[in-house]
Amino acid sequence: MTELFTTTRRGAIGLALGAAAAFGLAGPAAAEVSFEGKTIEWIIPFSAGGGSDTWARFNAPLLSKYLPGEPTVVVVNEPGGGSTKGSNLFAARAKPDGLTILGTSGSTQFPYLLGDPRVRYDYADWEIAMASPTGGVVYTSPSTGVTNPDEIAKLAGQKLIYASQGATSLDLVPLLGFKLMGLDVQHVFGFKGRGDGRLAFERGETNIDYQTSSAYIKNVEPLVEAGTAVPLFSWGALDADGNLVRDPTFPDLPHFGEAYEMVTGKAPEGPEYDAYFAFFTAGFPAQKMVFLPKGTPQEIVDAYQAAFEAMKADPVYQDNKESVLGTYEQVTGPAADTLFQKGTTITPELRKQVVDTLAADYGVKLGEGD
Amino acid sequence: MMDTLLTALVTLFTFQHMAYMLLGVSVGLIIGVIPGLGGIAGLSLLVPFLYGMEPVSALGMLIGLVAVIPTSDTFSSVLMGIPGSSASQATVLDGFPMAKQGQAARALSAAFISSLFGGIVGAIILTGFVLIARPLILMFGSAELFMLALFGLSMVAVLAGRSLPKGLAACAVGLLIGSIGAAPATGEFRMIFNSEYLYDGIPLVIIGLGLFAIPEISDLLRKNSTIAEGNVLGSGWLLGLRDWWSNIFLSIRCSGFGCMIGAIPGLGGSVVDWIAYGHAVQTAKDTSQFGKGDPRGVVAPESANNAMQGGALLPTMLFGIPGSGSMAVFLGGMVLIGIEPGPSMVGPDLNVTYSIIWSLALANIMGAGICLALARPISRLTAIPFQLLAPCMIALICFAAFQATRDLADLVALLAVGLVGILMKRFGWPRPALLIGFVLAPQAETFFYQALQFNGWGFLIRPGVLIIGAMTLISIYFGLKNRVDDTGPTGDAVVTSHASRDIQIAFGIATVVFFGLALWDASQHSFLGSVFPLGVAVVGVLFGAILLIHLWHGHEDHPAFFDYEIVGDHVGSEGNSWFWTGPAWIAALVAATSLVGFYIAMIVFFIAFLQLRAKASWRTTVVMTACAAGFILGLAYMLSLNFPSGWLQSAYDLPWPIR
Repeated sequence: MTELFTTTRRGAIGLALGAAAAFGLAGPAAAEVSFEGKTIEWIIPFSAGGGSDTWARFNAPLLSKYLPGEPTVVVVNEPGGGSTKGSNLFAARAKPDGLTILGTSGSTQFPYLLGDPRVRYDYADWEIAMASPTGGVVYTSPSTGVTNPDEIAKLAGQKLIYASQGATSLDLVPLLGFKLMGLDVQHVFGFKGRGDGRLAFERGETNIDYQTSSAYIKNVEPLVEAGTAVPLFSWGALDADGNLVRDPTFPDLPHFGEAYEMVTGKAPEGPEYDAYFAFFTAGFPAQKMVFLPKGTPQEIVDAYQAAFEAMKADPVYQDNKESVLGTYEQVTGPAADTLFQKGTTITPELRKQVVDTLAADYGVKLGEGD
Repeated sequence: MMDTLLTALVTLFTFQHMAYMLLGVSVGLIIGVIPGLGGIAGLSLLVPFLYGMEPVSALGMLIGLVAVIPTSDTFSSVLMGIPGSSASQATVLDGFPMAKQGQAARALSAAFISSLFGGIVGAIILTGFVLIARPLILMFGSAELFMLALFGLSMVAVLAGRSLPKGLAACAVGLLIGSIGAAPATGEFRMIFNSEYLYDGIPLVIIGLGLFAIPEISDLLRKNSTIAEGNVLGSGWLLGLRDWWSNIFLSIRCSGFGCMIGAIPGLGGSVVDWIAYGHAVQTAKDTSQFGKGDPRGVVAPESANNAMQGGALLPTMLFGIPGSGSMAVFLGGMVLIGIEPGPSMVGPDLNVTYSIIWSLALANIMGAGICLALARPISRLTAIPFQLLAPCMIALICFAAFQATRDLADLVALLAVGLVGILMKRFGWPRPALLIGFVLAPQAETFFYQALQFNGWGFLIRPGVLIIGAMTLISIYFGLKNRVDDTGPTGDAVVTSHASRDIQIAFGIATVVFFGLALWDASQHSFLGSVFPLGVAVVGVLFGAILLIHLWHGHEDHPAFFDYEIVGDHVGSEGNSWFWTGPAWIAALVAATSLVGFYIAMIVFFIAFLQLRAKASWRTTVVMTACAAGFILGLAYMLSLNFPSGWLQSAYDLPWPIR
């Protein structure tokens, strides 16, 4: 009964109902990958209803349709520990048979990059199947005297207030970015999400904020039209070689590098910029990624990449991608590899530098581990 | 304007829309009846079907589901004393005693008609309110939200029980448990004691089940009876409707509260039911029956929690900020069907907003109608011998508990909180006070810190702050005047509680030790990270000390004394088994889970319990175990979840579901 040990959820029930015979014919696949009759578990280390969950539930049926053998793909939520729990589980348990995949987010990358003691996974072990970028736009209040993106230099020396979800959350990117620009920003922590932060901005409690692209378009552009918000810059996107370019969704807005130059008069460089860049990549261009476990055979990785490519032509994908993904395309192959590399590697010196900054300026301790 | 209203109305009454809504309502009813599975689970089930659906039908389905959950979760709150979801915790307080008196049908019908009414009142308020809601919601800054958290905490005054120091100490315990995990200002992890589970704090569902459900089950397990001790079962259906009608103004006020509190993002819906309950007590002339089966204690929270869902729609639709967990999933669903929340919902998309609001009212009518019809037959559950019901309830509670993080640690936490709940019940410590403290701790701390950062101490003289501050003082005044005692008999019986003085003092000392632990932990952290738990622990030590003085020096009839084992209504009746029977069975299940994983442990538990405790025949045992195993398996399959695993699973690679 080896069959019992290779099937999962649906298979097990099928067996219990005596329908095993239907699956038993599949036999050992020699060359071609086929997931016929199998169930693939897509681990999402977040609770149901969040951004990552919505993203996975959007992709799951399409993945099922385009993977060879049309397996069932179920999304399994394993929340906890700021997404470290589910990722640890995947690292410890998943077998390299293509039947368990993991969907990560910036919140999974950040603790890894920061050396959080709860992290027991190593991105370098895994095979990337797909990366799903996102972007965001920073805006300010007209009370700062700034009326258009070109006047960003006026912010220098002003007292700015930002509503943050916490120094180790995705809001680490604006924290490092503003600091790099030399802006005097007071980060008020404890906000539940970017939506909460936007509300504080609308209430006039803060005067600088950012929103991810789709939230910016829907909720901040009306404010811009009403004259109560002024866009400053987008975080930017990465081209195929990993260079920072303008966000295709906001071609008229400068990206972070350009804005940096407008404030400081020189192009960004140096170790502090490198540290910022690693977290920026992990938080935006490589925000969501799909991984296969350590040691997964190349043909299975290829099958996944092909499925993620093929689904892009599907009418369901076409009709719904904008509401789920914004205006960004999910990428595979070399483009995904670049994002994977840039978004999950950081030198020990840079890590120490960021961790020390957080500890010195914001009293952040990452636990007993360091 | 009239055009918009009419368009919204017409789409609402199409056959297709109604059919999909009925589908959503049905799923919501089934999900809501099972404790621990709230809107989040239900919406996750429906979301995959949303693709390609026509937006209005899809919305109808989603709303149908969201609307009925605070209605149907009343079943388990009233019939079994298990809070069906965080919105039904206060209902347990009077609903379950009513069921124990054989008035389950009365309590249920009062609850459902209140839910229905609350949902409709909520929709009526929203119809007008939605147009002016944006600026109003924006008036609530961090400072006002902090004051609202204080207002919520003022309900402790009314729920503090017979001994005020006890109540305040219990509230302090709740505030401290609520502050476990990351500090809002610095992200430091407090009171985690090197346990990874505590990094995220203890989930609300565990606190709710541990404090309310476990003590009741443990109590019932000791007697060989049914839940309903009277035999007027199923009667009083009409009486429940009359209970509601004679308290209609209370119902209207609570609906209004519910709607407003739901509409303010940040406060969360978990305290709405307690605020409504507290309000009912504060405004009642005769409060002697509260906590012992007063129908007003059912009408108030049930009116509020359905209206709250409507209110919570506002920040979700207007700002894209989910007011509650189920609203987060609802938001996800809206995005999937192409409706982006934002200012346009009161502009060009106003007709969508109205069809959402009225769908909510309609769904409430459908849901409450079905529940009302089911109330009588389902209330017969309380006539089943409890030994047969108990394993099902224990399995259900554990299933609900591990929805939190799907980990064995959830069950361990449930057991630990359950033990605290059992002892609190025994020694007359008010459990609602702890729960309110727990729920409001993060809000109070976060908003206080943010208000200070944004406004400095000047936040104290903002007009909104002053108004809510005055409301809080009034609430405390009425609360202290009408304090409710849910701990049991009063009068002569109490005197004898003095007999177990030593053990009561021991429990008091244990509480003070907990405060000491919190103080020690606070001393390890930075100022911003420790100031809140430090302050609470100091207050806790203070009231703990006062209580200990009362217990040490107090006269025999001092209200601080209480021991349910001496004054409880079970005392003197035959067949009471060991006090620790209930916790022992639950502990056995948790221990077995740590060995062989939850699914196998549950099956073994069922067989062992039915054979050893219930002394059931083998036939009954096999049939019941098989039904339960199949039911839990079906649920887990639909929700695609893995059961908590034990040693066996770490040693061997097993197939689902015993993986």
